[in-house]
Amino acid sequence: MTTFTPTASEEVQSAVQWALAEDAPLEIVGHGSKRAIGHPVQAAHTLDLSGLTGVTLYEPEELVLSAKAGTPLAEIEAMLAARGQQFAFEPMDYGPLLGQPAGRGTIGGVLAANLSGPRRLKAGAARDHILGISAVSGRGEAFKSGGRVVKNVTGYDLSKGMAGSWGTLAVLTDVTFKVLPAAETETTLAIRGLYDEDAAAAMALAMGCSAEVSSAAHLPENLSSTVADGALAGESATLLRIEGFGPSVAYRIEHLKQLLRNAGRLDEIAENMSRAIWRDIRDCMPFADGTERPVWRISMAPADTHRMVLALRMEMAADAFYDWQGGLVWLRLETDPEADLVRQLVRKFGGGHATLVRANQAWRAALPVFQPQPGPLAALSARLKNEFDPKGILNPGRMAPVERSASVLTSGLTLSASESEGIS
Amino acid sequence: MSGLAMPKPDADTIRRRAEIVADMRIIVPGEGVVDTVNEMRVFESDGLTAYRQLPLVVVLPETVAQVSRILKYCNERNVRVVPRGSGTSLSGGALPLEDAVLLVMSRFNRILEIDYPNRTVVAQPGVTNLGITNAVEGEGFYYAPDPSSQIACSIGGNVAENSGGVHCLKYGLTANNVLGIEMVLMNGDVVRLGGKHLDSEGYDLLGVMTGSEGLLGVVTEVTVRILKKPETARALLIGFPSSEQAGQCVADIIGAGIIPGGMEMMDGPAIRAAEDFVHAGYPLECEALLIVELDGPGVEVDHLIGRVEAIGNRNGATTCRISQSEQERLTFWAGRKAAFPAVGRISPDYYCMDGTIPRKELPKVLHGMRELSEKYGLGVANVFHAGDGNLHPLILYDANIPGELDKAEQFGADILRLCVRVGGVLTGEHGVGVEKRDLMPEMFNQIDLDQQMRVKCAFDPNHLLNPGKVFPQLRRCAELGRMHIHGGKLPFPDIPRF
Repeated sequence: MTTFTPTASEEVQSAVQWALAEDAPLEIVGHGSKRAIGHPVQAAHTLDLSGLTGVTLYEPEELVLSAKAGTPLAEIEAMLAARGQQFAFEPMDYGPLLGQPAGRGTIGGVLAANLSGPRRLKAGAARDHILGISAVSGRGEAFKSGGRVVKNVTGYDLSKGMAGSWGTLAVLTDVTFKVLPAAETETTLAIRGLYDEDAAAAMALAMGCSAEVSSAAHLPENLSSTVADGALAGESATLLRIEGFGPSVAYRIEHLKQLLRNAGRLDEIAENMSRAIWRDIRDCMPFADGTERPVWRISMAPADTHRMVLALRMEMAADAFYDWQGGLVWLRLETDPEADLVRQLVRKFGGGHATLVRANQAWRAALPVFQPQPGPLAALSARLKNEFDPKGILNPGRMAPVERSASVLTSGLTLSASESEGIS
Repeated sequence: MSGLAMPKPDADTIRRRAEIVADMRIIVPGEGVVDTVNEMRVFESDGLTAYRQLPLVVVLPETVAQVSRILKYCNERNVRVVPRGSGTSLSGGALPLEDAVLLVMSRFNRILEIDYPNRTVVAQPGVTNLGITNAVEGEGFYYAPDPSSQIACSIGGNVAENSGGVHCLKYGLTANNVLGIEMVLMNGDVVRLGGKHLDSEGYDLLGVMTGSEGLLGVVTEVTVRILKKPETARALLIGFPSSEQAGQCVADIIGAGIIPGGMEMMDGPAIRAAEDFVHAGYPLECEALLIVELDGPGVEVDHLIGRVEAIGNRNGATTCRISQSEQERLTFWAGRKAAFPAVGRISPDYYCMDGTIPRKELPKVLHGMRELSEKYGLGVANVFHAGDGNLHPLILYDANIPGELDKAEQFGADILRLCVRVGGVLTGEHGVGVEKRDLMPEMFNQIDLDQQMRVKCAFDPNHLLNPGKVFPQLRRCAELGRMHIHGGKLPFPDIPRF
């Protein structure tokens, strides 16, 4: 059991080369804030990047920031805020949901997990803002991709290739992101008392108008008290966020109110409360209950997800709320993650991706945490992994398909046939 | 062709041409196979017309099954394939090879689905960029990326090149607006990436595919997001005595938290050529001209126009006009949009470059370009996507003068080296293709390039899809895959650990 704590990129490379020479797989961690997502990694040794820190370049007028991969996200966000800027993709903080402290996480982890938040609808995710990377592949080679400019089509975009790779392709040492001005102000319009179906219609209407709604979420009645210290308690809340310059925000809120005048009771929520609400939705606070009850993060086409949730509720008790106009469903179940049923319903209602972001270790070891891929795509992904990490020394098993192993059998869980079929 | 080495044609493939053509006719019946020299002539080059080559045969499939069968066939028989959309590439991305099937996707020209509640369009790859906007503008929507070739270029080609346009500072590139694709791999596998949903699990192969210049797979379907048209748009035309002042104005606009819908700069030679051509009313005495377009709700646009005007004046603007009508806004743009043909009027030929630089380096790069211009004895005019640092120098030359094309190409290469030296890149939106292929080592070392080629190996291990593009030197995948593990049991005593 060795833990490497490199403070320079060259030391990261040395550690990976050591692991290669020893044929000793590494678990790659930053702060470990998202360590409970994915399959438990099967590695005896740890490569801890939390000492590889420092913002190496920040030019606000060029809208660009570079940092060592282990730099705390909180430190970078504070630095951006001091200059009126931000990561427009609003990276979420998984800490509270996973029973960890809030405010942890590194900038490398932001990219490796392809984080985003409610503004994903308008501004995209980490993948849409990464400009360049340096990394050490599982071959022990230090390589770079991209650069520090926004417009760049020179060679394959391996920077995007790192997004959502959960440390299984290469160890990031440096990242360069596009940053953007933070909005001068924001206001949220809440429609109160809608059922899921009417909320979906209202959100589609709002997103299809020229008011430039930057976030759209729906909290059903049973969850509306769980954000912003209960400020929305009592009725369901369908939330539409408008951001920008003061006069523009006021004008667009009026536009929305006209558009939605027959939708239900409309509340205007001013800047500070609006920010608090969206931060809590971003971090999935409604399910940050200190338990390990299964939580799914499901991405589908927005308009019909409420039908998927309804169909699921015919089968079992489930709590759900919606972000991204309904395109992101956060789903909490009682004990069994019901992976089969959830993914079957996702498929039935148009397809998409379901990730089991919270579950106890036994379930995570037994079930495909990430959406199983069809054969040719799974084969292509496996070939890509092999090109970056032929010896399988980086985070082995974290994203990989589940095999029927002894540990699964001894844990007393059983896999259904379709579960293993989808991941072949 | 000025000394560009392409992969050595495979004599065996060329010898088997008749057989391959006959087999293609079985896979694509009807008029989908073109094999006479006269009919193939139209396909011999793309937008980079200095390079020409007749393909082995041209095939125009109509179904995904046909694409899959063609690629599988070629993969099994070791036949190279060059995919082509509308053929508007400015970097030779669709340049045919003598021993390669040219796979033309233009018959995939239908829009398959328009979904307003989810604000997505599903289109076949041969649909033009503008065709998507045309299909949804009746409902007030549009597709944001707008490369200047948008009337002709295909959405499949946009995915291959990660196309930009003048609005991408605010609305993103193709990569930020495509939600999903269906593609066929060289082995015939049909793979879907993403869809109408935003987040896709697994490796971001969609991100890797976008901008991969037809080397990884052939796109057979594209799902894009569409946006509601902004309520209004107005533009400012701001003239400066120097590019330094214009550059500082751009920095100050962004520093004030304003992200314009479009922000373009032209230098003196470009201003004068454009004005001479379209009479847009550009101030001829200026050395730098900015077009700043603000879009959104009327109240926001009016609010920001005032702030941008003040920033311009603070930076020494000598003229500042604000469009008072849609007609006037379009007039401001007319000169910029006609800049390329305008330069074409003052010079027999021009060569368009495409580097990106950190914006603050603009004065240094413009100065360097003037020196190079004197060194090579060729003129240069500049148009510049000022918001995102994407520079389009137009090198003026005369192809009829022996050696001048070579000189223009060397001048262009020197400009790109300069871009890389100041922290920029070789190409912002036109792609590497064959044009900038041999300059790749200016930006990447061999390890960087090898890792990119290994990605290629995961998709196309025999290097059959669009070979000779992007990478200056092809290495066999078996060789790239070899591991060189040093020593073994190395202690690495200097690594901190506990």
